[in-house]
Amino acid sequence: MTKLYVARSPRVAARSLDGEMMIMSGQDSTLFTLNKTATILWQAADGATPLDQIVEQKICREFEVEPAVAMKDAESLARQLASHGILQLDEQPIVSLGTGEPR
Amino acid sequence: MPELTTEVERLSLVIEIGGMPVRLHTCDIGFLRMLENRYAGFVSNSDRAEIEFDVDLTPPGTADPDADVRVTHRQGRWRFERGDFQAEWEPQCRRGWIRQSANPYSIDAVLRITHTLMLARQGGFLLHSASAIRNGKAFLFAGVSGAGKTTISRLAPRDATLLTDEISYVRQSSDGYSAFGTPFTGELAKLGENVSAPIGALYLLAKGQENRIDPISPPEAARSLLTNVLFFAEDEQLVQSIFHSAFEFVSRVPVLRLTFVPDARVWELIG
Repeated sequence: MTKLYVARSPRVAARSLDGEMMIMSGQDSTLFTLNKTATILWQAADGATPLDQIVEQKICREFEVEPAVAMKDAESLARQLASHGILQLDEQPIVSLGTGEPR
Repeated sequence: MPELTTEVERLSLVIEIGGMPVRLHTCDIGFLRMLENRYAGFVSNSDRAEIEFDVDLTPPGTADPDADVRVTHRQGRWRFERGDFQAEWEPQCRRGWIRQSANPYSIDAVLRITHTLMLARQGGFLLHSASAIRNGKAFLFAGVSGAGKTTISRLAPRDATLLTDEISYVRQSSDGYSAFGTPFTGELAKLGENVSAPIGALYLLAKGQENRIDPISPPEAARSLLTNVLFFAEDEQLVQSIFHSAFEFVSRVPVLRLTFVPDARVWELIG
């Protein structure tokens, strides 16, 4: 099975405030507020950890959900975030330029 | 043989908003007089200018001032474009040019854009909000069109100094944030006073059945602030800068919801 890697886009501004992660697109200044699952995914998206590992180690533990179900949802979420330019997706590990880090 | 060329007199004036002087050069005395009238109270005698613009007037045309504005940054130079004007500004040499017909609306838009860019570099911003000074503090009233900015400005008591009924000028200072008066008007069509004061609070306006102030969560404060910040540029660095400035602002200035009925008693809660 092909691995999927996720990385925070360096082209966004991100900040966590009182547990809410807010992200603004650097391209069109659209503001997003991430829910709890999306926040976990965003924070773990280091470009080096495969998505299935993030799901198993972070999401399944937090939400007590079946890995297969969680993986399907996480992949859908990752593709949705990628379509807004918030995450980068690749089948290879992603070397990030380093901005867009959560604070 | 006599000289065939004539020397064109170069006229200029400085418009100082938010303590930032911008000098405009023109060859048209009628346009200069119009600017002096339009920006009365904001025309400065300052020799210093943060930016100097040469204004090149074009014949009146059918350009659309309602067209989308585009602000782009390339090779150290900002370019502003709308149906009714084009402008460029090179921050490093503090100079630029504006091409427009002799009307007050285009120059007003160019000044707003210029100030958003200058402020962003200093942790400040322009905000869709009315603002007024009372008892030595500035209070901002933010909201989209129809939220009540003009209404609350119109209801201001005599001891309140109106800074603007439409666009507030927010600058960061060593001990917090200050609001400055602006000539950018809304429905009230009344220029703000060219004065400033430390910001006491930002109120998010809501119309309701009673006058009351409610706290809001920091994330909601940040979201609401970002929704109301004037933003033109398609530039990632600038987006990042304004985004982080908004969070800094909500960490230092109280942001509250002000529900009000349209009568003057709402001002009993302010200041």
